Amino acid sequence: MSRALFVKPSSLSGPALSVDMTASFAGLELPSPMLTASGCAAAGKELDAFFDITAIGGVVTKSIMMQPRSGRATPRMAETPSGMLNSIGLQGPGLDRFIEEDLAWLNNRGARTIVSIAGETAEEFGKIAQRLRNVGGFEAIEVNISCPNVADRGQVFACNPVSAAQVVQVVKRNSDARMPIFAKLSPDVTDIVEIADSVIKAGATGVSLINTLLGMVIDPVTMRPALAGITGGLSGPAIRPVAVRCVWSVRQAFPDIPIIGMGGIRSGTDALEFILAGANAVSVGTSIFNDPSAPFRIHGELQVALAERGFSSLADAVSYAHRPVDTTREDPITSEQSSDDDWDFISE
Amino acid sequence: MSVTLQVSSEVLDVRRAGSYFVISLTAPGIAEIAKPGQFITIAMGGEESSMMLRRSFAIHQVQSRGVYGGTLDIVVSVHGKGTKWLSERRRHDTLAVVGPLGTPFSLPKSPVSCVIVGGGYGSAPLFVLAEQLRDRGCRVDAVLGASTEEKLFGVLELKRLATAITVTTDDGSSGFKGNVADVLPELIDRVNADVVYACGPMGMLSAVAEIATRKRVFSQCSVEEAMACGIGVCMTCVLPVIGDDGVTRMVRSCTDGPTFRGDRVRWSDVGTIPEDTYGAPVSGVRS
Ligand SMILES: Cc1cc2nc3c(=O)[nH]c(=O)nc-3n(C[C@H](O)[C@H](O)[C@H](O)COP(=O)(O)OP(=O)(O)OC[C@H]3O[C@@H](n4cnc5c(N)ncnc54)[C@H](O)[C@@H]3O)c2cc1C
Ligand SMILES: Cc1cc2nc3c(=O)[nH]c(=O)nc-3n(C[C@H](O)[C@H](O)[C@H](O)COP(=O)(O)O)c2cc1C
Ligand code: FES
Repeated sequence: MSRALFVKPSSLSGPALSVDMTASFAGLELPSPMLTASGCAAAGKELDAFFDITAIGGVVTKSIMMQPRSGRATPRMAETPSGMLNSIGLQGPGLDRFIEEDLAWLNNRGARTIVSIAGETAEEFGKIAQRLRNVGGFEAIEVNISCPNVADRGQVFACNPVSAAQVVQVVKRNSDARMPIFAKLSPDVTDIVEIADSVIKAGATGVSLINTLLGMVIDPVTMRPALAGITGGLSGPAIRPVAVRCVWSVRQAFPDIPIIGMGGIRSGTDALEFILAGANAVSVGTSIFNDPSAPFRIHGELQVALAERGFSSLADAVSYAHRPVDTTREDPITSEQSSDDDWDFISE
Repeated sequence: MSVTLQVSSEVLDVRRAGSYFVISLTAPGIAEIAKPGQFITIAMGGEESSMMLRRSFAIHQVQSRGVYGGTLDIVVSVHGKGTKWLSERRRHDTLAVVGPLGTPFSLPKSPVSCVIVGGGYGSAPLFVLAEQLRDRGCRVDAVLGASTEEKLFGVLELKRLATAITVTTDDGSSGFKGNVADVLPELIDRVNADVVYACGPMGMLSAVAEIATRKRVFSQCSVEEAMACGIGVCMTCVLPVIGDDGVTRMVRSCTDGPTFRGDRVRWSDVGTIPEDTYGAPVSGVRS
């Protein structure tokens, strides 16, 4: 671990005309940091009617399991202030049909794909990874460990550092050595840094932060839980501060690991918050329901937001909020006089 | 794949009709290609709104040409905060609209006898349908039902379009005292119906589909399930439907529907995952 974390914006005089939006992390080189959040874009096909799906960084597909799954009973969602609860229960076509139809479509279309996988046991995750390895045609794997572990009385993998690590280990073992593997963590834990530490040690290339927060709504008319599944995952702008805090904490603990940030991103400045907190790329989920073009729109807004702040590249903005506070001088970004040694690069 | 557009619409007019609001808006591109039974979604409350989810509305009337280009009408029943906000829009306000969405009603190839059944504002998508059925030389009989007179929508208009119309209200304030299921069997027999089209509350659709199936009449029902995305990406809007292969699947009502064959929806199982559904939990023990 010796890469620089704090990089100064190279242009300090007024908005740059163009900002290099390349997101380089985990060995990937994406033309945009914008991704779709798993479960909020299916496999990209429907959204391609609204914007060129190949223009964003990539599509993170709905978490796929080995077998076809019907999901949970309805109602599956409830709108909440600046967000929603969902309890879909990972409805999906199963791995075979996903590969034949969804992945094939994405490849034909020329879209970059991050395949999200889920399982009820660590072995299931492993089998999915193995099968995917033989098929290829995707850039990275996102491991959705926010699902119940059948072997642990349904406790969510992501809430236990040992089970979380087990899953990551199995996926790693069954994947190509160069395949980037992102463990997607749940914010419903006492210490997300501990879980991040555990999955990184287990071989994860990076982490995706965050999955939904467990929530509940009671319908005042029926006076019963609004969702058939009783509880559901809270998403949308309502969870954004929680998500930014998680990205910040994990970045602070791990200056170098790749982080995909998400949780309530609705605009370019929302995306910027995650980038400044330490995300190398960001996913847009619930906002797609509000605006099906959101990932594409936000790419443009983020580019403008970066230019306005004097950044000439996205890479320069990553983790910028972690720079040391300097009380003796003006903020370097607004000052013409600052020089390279105004603030330090940290390295180990 | 069908074309779907995301446009900024201008409100042209908001007027009352009984207990509903009829909103006319510009919908460039959408109005021109919309088919009967399709719907639009509208974002609620502006860019910073705390209502993240769009609301769905059946396309009621369309005008593909005119001073404003393509325009369309929707019928809004105020239900909660989103529809209340919408009812308070005024001329020149803008709305973020996506459409046309969903699978339309399928139309008969030959001039057959059709019955259209609307419950409350569920009659909204049936007007364009009735016109197109008439254009094909079909006989069109209409049944409109509601709890009370003010919740009937479009009785006068539909009188013009349909061969004959029957009105029912639960409280007897207008027409037959009772519901559409009370008058439908006799009507199907009398007009020798070949097809029944229905849109309204789930309970009504279930009853209509059951009657049609019992009488061996083809039925098409337009369902109303809570939707988060309306475009097929989130899987919130599913219900159990029997496929051509006889297998029950949880299908999306926003893309595979909202119109379904009445005999294919497992009405009494809506809200559950029937045990024999494709991909249903095997043991019953599942998260
Ligand atoms: C395909 C389709 C066509 C529709 N056509 C019409 C129409 O022509 N005219 C009309 O007045 N209404 C129509 N509806 C119902 C309308 O979408 C809901 O009444 C509206 O979403 C309620 O929003 P609200 O904010 O007023 O209520 P709230 O209760 O505050 O809504 C909260 C959430 O629940 C959802 N929701 C609540 N009730 C319903 C419902 N009955 N159906 C679907 N989602 C619901 C909302 O979309 C929102 O996400 C249609 C629904 C569907 C699915
Ligand atoms: C309807 C819905 C379905 C989701 N499905 C998945 C899923 O299958 N796998 C997963 O890892 N996350 C899933 N998520 C979580 C999102 O990917 C994302 O982590 C979370 O919603 C926060 O981002 P947002 O606020 O932008 O939506 C889902 C979220 C929603 C709203
Ligand atoms: S409402 Fe999202 S899939 Fe139908």
